[in-house]
Amino acid sequence: MTAPGRRSFIAGAVVTVLPIVSARATPADMEAAIREVTGGAELHDGPVTLDIPPLIENGNAVPLTISVKSPMTLEDHVKAIHVFNEKNPQPHVFNATLGPRNGKAAVSTRIKLADTQQVVAVVETNRGQFWTARADVIVTIAACIEDMN
Amino acid sequence: MASALIHAPKTAKRGETIEIKALILHPMETGFRPGTNGKIIPRNIIEHFSATWNGEEVFAMKMSPAIAANPFVSFFVVADKSGTMKFRWSGDNDFLVEEQVAIAVA
Amino acid sequence: MKGLRIFLGLAGVFAASLAVAQGDTRHSGYQDMGPALQKMQDDDTANPGMLFVQGGEELWNAKAGSADKACADCHATGSMKGVAARYPAVAKESGKPVDLEGRINLCRTEHQKAEAFADESRELLQLTAYVARQSLGEPIAPPDDKRLDPLRAHGEALWKKRQGQLNLSCAACHDANAGKKLAGATIPQAHPTGYPIYRLEWQTLGSLKRRLRNCMIGMRAEPYDYGAPEYLALEAYLMQRARGLSMDAPSVRP
Repeated sequence: MTAPGRRSFIAGAVVTVLPIVSARATPADMEAAIREVTGGAELHDGPVTLDIPPLIENGNAVPLTISVKSPMTLEDHVKAIHVFNEKNPQPHVFNATLGPRNGKAAVSTRIKLADTQQVVAVVETNRGQFWTARADVIVTIAACIEDMN
Repeated sequence: MASALIHAPKTAKRGETIEIKALILHPMETGFRPGTNGKIIPRNIIEHFSATWNGEEVFAMKMSPAIAANPFVSFFVVADKSGTMKFRWSGDNDFLVEEQVAIAVA
Repeated sequence: MKGLRIFLGLAGVFAASLAVAQGDTRHSGYQDMGPALQKMQDDDTANPGMLFVQGGEELWNAKAGSADKACADCHATGSMKGVAARYPAVAKESGKPVDLEGRINLCRTEHQKAEAFADESRELLQLTAYVARQSLGEPIAPPDDKRLDPLRAHGEALWKKRQGQLNLSCAACHDANAGKKLAGATIPQAHPTGYPIYRLEWQTLGSLKRRLRNCMIGMRAEPYDYGAPEYLALEAYLMQRARGLSMDAPSVRP
């Protein structure tokens, strides 16, 4: 294949792989969504681990684990984990409700990321504390994708 | 036909913290994707997942369109006494699936 | 104990997915994925393909058709081990080559006296996933059957033929440029070790036929219709090309 043919193929592949979305959330939307949960309370770094691959081959199913070091007793436990994203069409990912019955504050799931972006976890304790952890994920995509039909 | 796959130990020691994993078949259509002719495919997601142990809620998750298709969730629970763990998924278009597993606690 | 089993399983799939002989650089697409996706595939409790295997097991045990027979009524437990690894093969009933989906449908129509499942239908995918799962870890073993030679030769010709708007052939990427990057993704060698696959792009399980159509659309070529004989020819060639590599269905792929 001649060089111009190869270049235009790669250009064609790049054009095809950009996701078409009707609206995009912004980091400001994400911060607003976080504020809705915290009521404006300060976010602190806490014993929160946000486990997510730094690079994923497809944004449709990114594995994610949030774990928090907490005794999970009646007096001192995580009561909720909220996860947000900054570039999907809407800023929410999930809210999990927890309590002393869990024994361990760790939740795993798989999420969709529309583009390379930051994911933010906000952990709420029964004592009114808000802890946070953030991670950046690079999202790539396969070169040959299927037409919707 | 079962559309959910639960992994939970069949037995546990009293006070032991066990891991529960749940997978369910669901397209989790975001409502943001264009289909043929650019028309947006309507949203169709699971909005809520919850688990109870002998009737007491031990975990709940509110899902958004950002949860991947065929949602996978794992969480932990302390085995207190023998009984039934029930799982419930509900969402758009009157989606409702309930599953249960028995766990013997010694 | 479970951790040890998962580790051994992982090590097993990893080792088995590497080449079988010294100097043989062939490997499964599993090797081209990052650790997060490898882990998703290896963990039976998290692999979304296992939802389909579960559905397939239910179908396997369910009576069907006017013969009121379940697959399990004819096929003993464990008898499916190695079967998916040696398809496409010539079917006794028709004397013609079939792939695994075709074989399942032949059983449906000839032995269960039930309607065949549609291509890419959930039931067919579930059953294929269940049967293919029984060959986990088995080496791909194309039958030593001369009747398949013309089919494989046709498949090889299709593999090497330039087509479509970009004048590409399968071989141009998957033979000549495997391992290199295309638009940020690693080009795999394209061995069908894990079909039906849970492709993250599709957000569901799909067959090799669907993946081949996908490739052709990506190449800007007109994809063959679902019933076309070209798919069987390509699959027969690809399985021969992948002989000895370990089956890892249902695999997870980006």
